[in-house]
Amino acid sequence: MSTPILEVTNLAKYFPIQSQGIFSRVKGDNKAVNGISFTLNAGETLGLVGESGCGKSTAGRTILKLEEPTSGFIKFEGEDITNYSPSKMKPLRTQMQMIFQDPYSSLNPRHTIGAIISASYEIQKLTPDGGVKLAVQELMERVGLNPEHFNRYPHEFSGGQRQRIGIARALALKPRFIVCDEPVSALDVSIQAQVVNLLDDLRDDFGLSYLFIAHDLSVVQHISNRVAVMYLGKIMELAPTEELYQNPHHPYTQALLSAIPLPDPILERKREQIILQGDIPNPVNPPTGCVFNTRCWKSQEICRTSEPALVQLGASQVACHFPN
Amino acid sequence: MTLLHVRNLSVGFPTPDGVVHAVNDISFSINAGETLAIVGESGSGKTVTNLALMGLLNNNTAQISGTATFQSHDGEIDLLGIEGSKLQKYRGRDISMIFQDPMSSLHPYYSIGDQIIEAHQVHNQVEPEVSRQRAIELLGLVGIPDPASRVDSYPHQFSGGMRQRVMIAMALVNNPSLLIADEPTTALDVTVQAQILNLLKDLQSEFKMAIILITHDLGVVAGAADNVNVMYAGRIVESANVFDLYAKPSMPYTQGLLDSIPRLDQPHTNRLSAIPGQPPSMISLPPGCSFAPRCSRKDEVAGGRCSLELPELTLRSASHSARCFISEGVAVK
Repeated sequence: MSTPILEVTNLAKYFPIQSQGIFSRVKGDNKAVNGISFTLNAGETLGLVGESGCGKSTAGRTILKLEEPTSGFIKFEGEDITNYSPSKMKPLRTQMQMIFQDPYSSLNPRHTIGAIISASYEIQKLTPDGGVKLAVQELMERVGLNPEHFNRYPHEFSGGQRQRIGIARALALKPRFIVCDEPVSALDVSIQAQVVNLLDDLRDDFGLSYLFIAHDLSVVQHISNRVAVMYLGKIMELAPTEELYQNPHHPYTQALLSAIPLPDPILERKREQIILQGDIPNPVNPPTGCVFNTRCWKSQEICRTSEPALVQLGASQVACHFPN
Repeated sequence: MTLLHVRNLSVGFPTPDGVVHAVNDISFSINAGETLAIVGESGSGKTVTNLALMGLLNNNTAQISGTATFQSHDGEIDLLGIEGSKLQKYRGRDISMIFQDPMSSLHPYYSIGDQIIEAHQVHNQVEPEVSRQRAIELLGLVGIPDPASRVDSYPHQFSGGMRQRVMIAMALVNNPSLLIADEPTTALDVTVQAQILNLLKDLQSEFKMAIILITHDLGVVAGAADNVNVMYAGRIVESANVFDLYAKPSMPYTQGLLDSIPRLDQPHTNRLSAIPGQPPSMISLPPGCSFAPRCSRKDEVAGGRCSLELPELTLRSASHSARCFISEGVAVK
């Protein structure tokens, strides 16, 4: 539980914005991920939460080198992979996989389920014991699909079943680390619970580590050991799950937790809610100082001039001048 | 006063594979000024119900039956029986609707002011300048900063939350007595969702309108609704006052939905209690209770009755009815 499988240091990903015309030049950068650091231990699940546009998906994609990082370092099992070329990454891909959000667009509609899941073996030129078909059918069974549906097409499955196909595909090469990018957001609650339970079981059975990206704090609480809260490309607070939910230090974490409606009419109507004003600022031109200062009720002069570092506070790490 | 009374509404869509029974014989009513939540998962028929009421389904592709008695500004009308051209007079004036996706429900080529002014001009014979003032007033009410200059902005110049505010301003421009809000906050982030739900609550008391809130989120329902209809496979399976529903869910599906939500206010458990299986095909619904194939308690009823016979929606208390043999207390082993 203590050896880090993944170490991320000051990782940044900027997307250049080009002006129109023949002589297009870079006008600015969309600072999607702006210097984040964390470690992920073997067998652990780290939740990465935040609102749309906070950079959580870009962070996940950059860590898997699906995007080239702008700066910073990514170490996977002690190996610095920051500047690895795609061909050098290829053997490592058996170790790191991804589960996508949308089970409708992440499966090729013209391929059968069998072809989709076995593609991983083909790309890596691997033959599992007992042959590809047997291995795929075992995987299908493990994720709760009927192995006889090997030759069916994605449209014949419901959303929850398609997400199971995506999970089987990610598991095919027996990876050690999986980035789950909003794996249950597109599903109905009753189905969502099935998939969350499945992910829980698979982690224990296969000894997986997850980076679990989501906007739904209740699901993240359920599945994660530690949680990092992102806002505008930066980590605001990183803490063990229990600590983060019981004792949030950062004003943004407090507001985020308070905004989630509770499924209980009596509690929901009597609790005090913190309602943030305004919207998330544009990541091309983020506020100076603390990026959250434009919406924060505790904001003072220092918050607009100097950026707080992520520092240890009890069991948590917090980036705030006035933590709770 | 009963504002809207829907009786025996059914909607079917013929397809080459058979008729998709999206809504099956549902009845409900809503009083002036109250909030009725319709909650259910995708495909349970909650959106189709309201599209039918608004006359937004194509009569060539949908088979609609039933009645919907509505108290309009000039007397009682049947929303389902009235001709499309006559419904125009009430739609946007007595009843209006806000949609889920604020990105695609505003026209990108027209300024938001023009779109709100148009909604006002259709129903009021006034100078355009009067409508413009009304639009600015509404934009201010829904919390758009500096409405007098923002009225000439285009949809792409607003964020998602702000666009939903613009949609709300447009829906309220004629002072409707009923607002249908179809998943109004689903596309929004949770901090923005909290803003919009608060705004709707404030506007409801200011405009004294009734709201039909369509949602899949039982948390949103808990905070906003007076009464709740739970839908499953095109039928209302439970209908109750919001406090009764959460205190004493009387249908295993409602109970299952409540149990499957991971909750922040309760101690962490290792496993979520999922409902096994998935909703039935709407082309061939099971003969008995539509939830029976997934129900963990159907064996409590003797003789496999749940799979053979459809239970009626019957009263459990004055403000609570459910469609279930178990809570009805009949034929229990």
